[in-house]
Amino acid sequence: MRIILFIIQKEFLQIFRNKSMLPVIFVMPIIQLIILVNAATFEMKNIKLCIVDQDLSTYSRNLSSKFEGSPYFVIEKRTFSSKEAITYIDRGEITAAIVIPQGFERKIIRNEKNIKVQVLIDAINGTNAGVSQAYIISILQDYNKQIISKLLPVSSSNNGIETSRRFWYNPELNYKTFMVPGILVLLITIISFILSGMNVVREKEIGTIEQINVTPIKKYQFIAGKLIPFWIIGLFELAFGLTIGKLLFDIPLVGNLGLVFGFAAIYLIVLLALGLLVSTIVNTQQQAMFISFFFMVVFILMSGLFTGVESMPEWAQIVNKANPLAYFVEVMRMILLKGSGIADIFKQLIAIITFAVFMISLAVWRYKKIT
Amino acid sequence: MEKEKAITVKNLVKKFGSFVANDNLTFDVYKGEIFGFLGANGAGKTTALKILCGLSSPTSGEINVAGFDVYTETNKIKNNIGYMSQKFSLYEDLTVYENIRFYGGIYGLKLKDIRKRADELIQKLGLTNVRNELLSSIPLGWKQKLAFSVAIFHHPKIVFLDEPTGGVDPVTRREFWDMIYEAAGEGITIMVTTHYMDEAEYCNRVCIMVDGRIEAIGTPSELIKNQNAENMNDVFIQLARKVKQK
Repeated sequence: MRIILFIIQKEFLQIFRNKSMLPVIFVMPIIQLIILVNAATFEMKNIKLCIVDQDLSTYSRNLSSKFEGSPYFVIEKRTFSSKEAITYIDRGEITAAIVIPQGFERKIIRNEKNIKVQVLIDAINGTNAGVSQAYIISILQDYNKQIISKLLPVSSSNNGIETSRRFWYNPELNYKTFMVPGILVLLITIISFILSGMNVVREKEIGTIEQINVTPIKKYQFIAGKLIPFWIIGLFELAFGLTIGKLLFDIPLVGNLGLVFGFAAIYLIVLLALGLLVSTIVNTQQQAMFISFFFMVVFILMSGLFTGVESMPEWAQIVNKANPLAYFVEVMRMILLKGSGIADIFKQLIAIITFAVFMISLAVWRYKKIT
Repeated sequence: MEKEKAITVKNLVKKFGSFVANDNLTFDVYKGEIFGFLGANGAGKTTALKILCGLSSPTSGEINVAGFDVYTETNKIKNNIGYMSQKFSLYEDLTVYENIRFYGGIYGLKLKDIRKRADELIQKLGLTNVRNELLSSIPLGWKQKLAFSVAIFHHPKIVFLDEPTGGVDPVTRREFWDMIYEAAGEGITIMVTTHYMDEAEYCNRVCIMVDGRIEAIGTPSELIKNQNAENMNDVFIQLARKVKQK
């Protein structure tokens, strides 16, 4: 135990003496949270719109003023020709066009059927197009209801099915709330995985690993001494990130924070052991960087951080069973946003413990004092 | 009188694939002597040294270091040896004292003993002024002396030095050898590799390796006499040439 403490002391001295480390530990989380949380959102504001009002009537003006009044749309262009609107879309000047055909008002007043409004959307980015469409349709439906109640005040007020929605756990559909726990996972993953991997390789590069291998030190002492400092930094990073998330984005910390840190503690072991494993295989920090980067990209993009795991193909969901990040992202959201308890995350807990045992055994087995 | 043996090596072979780095080495090192391992770059000195330290495993052969078997009692060996590699192996981003404390610590010494011995050592090496300076800021010669002192800090029975004086000026080299003599005087067995032939003459006995084999072994004066040479430099050149001509 005393030997482990000597290693930990030395690691901390080196970490804090490294001038680039303190910014990494303190500035990176703040920047990542501010930039990623604000940037990585599906929420759309200021969708650029072109109104093609071929009717020029009170009703058509009413409809376009509804779009004007919405915070989600900006009326960028107005024209009379739908052809011109399509050119605007082609040039990328607008995202969507609403075509109100001639005779729109007349048809409404005569209570005709088949009153049509055309919606043209630039669908290069499928997700954005879907969101824009949903916003446009909801405004149109709103308008629809308004004119029905105006024209047929008594008889039709009970007509149709009215849906009333309530979003649980994130009632305002606030993407920031949703993103913060995920970004925190990203943060402590990068810190723990990359730093631990680089650390042992660095000793290989400068040759000090030989000097350590020639001592009677036991494998477990060396590995514990190497991993514990980064384990502590990882947990500190999580606490720091949560504080910033609370202060800047007011994320709801519904669940038990003890559970969050408990899970994180095991998760960190998995990542640190993986980093150590990488460092036993490679010989230079550059190689370590490339291999770590490969794993990170696959892990992050498949983790459900940006795109839901549920919407991935079945094979990808099966692959994801071996992605520790996916479990942690899920658990963080469950605990922080829903207030899930230990019983709810039991499955993920078992999975991450299995990972931890497996990875640490693999890393200890791979680390050899003799070549 | 039979001298006590610190290291015995019988038919040591080390192969890397089809390349034979150590070809059937057999030699003994006696307790308290300075044993030199001489040879050109790539002659297999470092390979043999690493096997004796337990950093590398031999392909075959019987090897005993400090009374323990290299195959089965590696950890007991490691408790009894010190090692200084040809790559500089202290931490540049730690201070003089922190380096000593770290290596003392991982050899399992108590902090109280480390403090006491470190203070003595720092004073002896004349490093009192730079005790709390980062290693990166002190000259190479001082670092090498410190590295040697760290290698024998836990009072090992045997210390292995792999080209310890590479890149060091002649004055510091001389001082370094004084330290080696002092350690030998305290009963520590020293095994040192070098390709400086003048250093070979400081050794009690030397072993000349060429292409993975031992070409000659004995005291420097014996070797000079046997080869009808002027000095160790000639001995080495003659032996190396002989092998080339074969």
